Amino acid sequence: MKKFEVDSKTDIAWCPGCGNYNIRTALISALQELDIEPTNVVFSSGIGQAAKMPQYIDANYFNGLHGRGLPVAIAIKASNPSLTVIAEGGDGDMYGEGGNHFIHNIRRNVDIAHIVHNNMVYGLTKGQASPTSQKTFVTPVQINGVINEPFNPLAVALSLGATFVGRAFSGDLEQTKDIIKKAIKHKGYALVDIFHPCVTFNKRNTFMWYKNNSYYVDDTYDPTNLNMAMDKVLNTDKYALGVLYQVEGRPTFEEQLYLYREDNTPIIYRNRAIDKVNQLLAI
Amino acid sequence: MTNSLTIVLSGEAGQGLQTIEELLMEALAKDYYVFSTKDVMSRVRGGNNTVEIRIAEEPVYAFRHTIDLLFLLNNHSLYRLVERVKEGTVIYGEPAFVDMEVVEQKKCQFNSLNIMALAKEAGSQLLANIVLFGFISGMLKVNRNSCHAQIERRFSRRGEEVILNNKTAFDLGYENGLNYLSPVEIKPAEDKIPSKILDGTTAIGIGSIGGGCNFIASYPMSPGTGVLVYLAKQSKNFEILVEQAEDEIAALNMVLGAWYAGARGMVTTSGGGFALMEEAVSLSGITETPCVIHVAQRPGPGTGLPTRTEQGDLNLVVYAGHGEFPRIVFAPGNLEDAVRLSQKAFYLADKYQVPVFILSDQHLLESLGEMPPIQLEDHYLEKFISKTEENYKRYILTEDGISPRGIPGFGAGLVKVDSDEHDESGQITEDYNVRIKMNDKRLNKGQMLLDDYESAELIGSKEYKHLIVGWGSTYGVLKEYVQTTERNDVSFLYVKQVHPLHPSLKRFFERVENVIVVENNATGQFANLLKLDLDVKVNHKVLKYSGEPFSIEEVEQRLEEVIS
Repeated sequence: MKKFEVDSKTDIAWCPGCGNYNIRTALISALQELDIEPTNVVFSSGIGQAAKMPQYIDANYFNGLHGRGLPVAIAIKASNPSLTVIAEGGDGDMYGEGGNHFIHNIRRNVDIAHIVHNNMVYGLTKGQASPTSQKTFVTPVQINGVINEPFNPLAVALSLGATFVGRAFSGDLEQTKDIIKKAIKHKGYALVDIFHPCVTFNKRNTFMWYKNNSYYVDDTYDPTNLNMAMDKVLNTDKYALGVLYQVEGRPTFEEQLYLYREDNTPIIYRNRAIDKVNQLLAI
Repeated sequence: MTNSLTIVLSGEAGQGLQTIEELLMEALAKDYYVFSTKDVMSRVRGGNNTVEIRIAEEPVYAFRHTIDLLFLLNNHSLYRLVERVKEGTVIYGEPAFVDMEVVEQKKCQFNSLNIMALAKEAGSQLLANIVLFGFISGMLKVNRNSCHAQIERRFSRRGEEVILNNKTAFDLGYENGLNYLSPVEIKPAEDKIPSKILDGTTAIGIGSIGGGCNFIASYPMSPGTGVLVYLAKQSKNFEILVEQAEDEIAALNMVLGAWYAGARGMVTTSGGGFALMEEAVSLSGITETPCVIHVAQRPGPGTGLPTRTEQGDLNLVVYAGHGEFPRIVFAPGNLEDAVRLSQKAFYLADKYQVPVFILSDQHLLESLGEMPPIQLEDHYLEKFISKTEENYKRYILTEDGISPRGIPGFGAGLVKVDSDEHDESGQITEDYNVRIKMNDKRLNKGQMLLDDYESAELIGSKEYKHLIVGWGSTYGVLKEYVQTTERNDVSFLYVKQVHPLHPSLKRFFERVENVIVVENNATGQFANLLKLDLDVKVNHKVLKYSGEPFSIEEVEQRLEEVIS
């Protein structure tokens, strides 16, 4: 078995035809090509169909609570910056329940990859609207159709100073893998929003719908231009795919922490001297 | 009650009451036993705030209701204290600050004292609090040189001129103070062993550092914020990662991430903030990821009384989180225990892979008291982290009931942790038999961790008919009561670990005639736990839920009513 792969007999809980399978293949290939050791990779995920991903990849993981993948991820990274940390979950997990963490961890710029499977619907809870569901989308709860504006995660990320913003479509394995690789390699917070069909609960945003309503930015596109990137992500007539924004050189959260300015030894490998503590008790 | 002098300074937020409190406590502790409490309104400026300092020949640890010496610092600093002045109380302040009707009615004595005028004379109204420090020091004839040394230390960074101005202001106050006598004569304590003056916040902070805490994530909430601030202050010195979380939910999830990665993390919060953390407590339970949670109680429900005290969140902490899993709850009642139990909390969290709570309250955290000299040992810094082998299984079923805890990147194995029910390797399972085994494994730790039970302390005679039971911050007032009552058949059981309760505690209740539980809440939560967990019959509950701590007079009176 190659690195990161799990036993082929593993019972995978996704529906046949689910976009998550391709995301998994892309992710495993990306990790293999980056030549990282599984022991040094940690996934932190919440709850949902997307958040089950770490179950099907052979690496370390902390599969925690719905919406809370990010706070766990950034604490792992800050406690041991030598690890490669990936936070993964779906649109409901990361943009709904975990919305506050999404906002503030973009601001923190912790060096993690944030992979969000965006199928515009709730899968695990059976078909309710997600923050990214489109208006008029009918569900068992939104029986008269969704009336809220869809959440635009890429625009939010850009406005908060994210240093890497990308969007992929699970139907394109190669490009998805490449974007994920770039996100993992990027120094700082990197958001990859991945469009993928939910074959069971979203009959509107199907494989073909995503294919017909998206396009890749071409070689002439300058991903370091924030205004251009903002323009792209705000235009939802057709959705731009690719690395839409990336700037290098902005200091990460960990780099700015006083603790790591002069000594990059992870705090977990530093020891406490009780004699020094006792000085606090001196009279 | 111990013979003491109770001084109250009454002013408003922003007048520097805390500075005078700290200076006086340190100065007075050289010759006397001291204890101070504050009553602070939930506002940044204005209002009416008070500081009470008790001075005695014997150790004191309790709030006293009756004021002997009252300093009014503005014209609305008396109205909340009318009940607390009595015949013999001496009030100082500007004539405009005092209501002479109250003085006459209560038969107290009023002495005109214009602190502001003296401060101006000394150079600036900003020196008023130092003038008052000097005045009280003069009245009590505290060693002037040691006060000067204190001023030098406190203002050392601000230059010679500032030090000189402050000394001048102090001396002016001191000379004036020499003209007056204290209304209660307190003799300097002979052979007093030097003690450390600190508050509960600092004690919990020091204990946590002693327990190896190197990560704190929290969202500010009174009165829990102080521990966050203290660890931030010490973070460079002790290499502590301090992060202000976006909310309490993030805070505890961060702390779990930190422990998973190999750090020793804590959160500090109050009841409302902790309510937001409950799901993560449960996550700690099923993933067997250790954590330390400091819950600083204040009166609820809702926002309640943000700056006052209560012991209303015991049930919240004992039962927090969905599902069934073990935990430990410490409730230190004095400064030494606040240090020691905070240190132990990190060790036990690591050893048993469970959430450990330090349950405090505003009264413990913000009162300044004396702590005897203590030294911490490094036993509690022992780490329970295993280097992983290939095919490592995070939740392996072992004979001793604890699965060795690996961390990512340390060893050849992978550390797979899941909040779903999981098998030994950390994979999600829906197998009923595995579920039963994993649930049993987690719950069995509840029995195991009683090996490290923090014993309760019996204060008073071993031959008692009446047993007073308290936990947490009621320690001081109950101890003072038992030590000073003329009755010799009353003792006080101070419970430091309120959950789980060790069955051996039952021995204290055998053959006792009268069990009285004293709590700073309205429903007697601990009394109910005693009944539920140990089948102890409680005869009387003495409860208080106004937002104030129990005063020594109140405890005396209300205990006398139920002890007869």
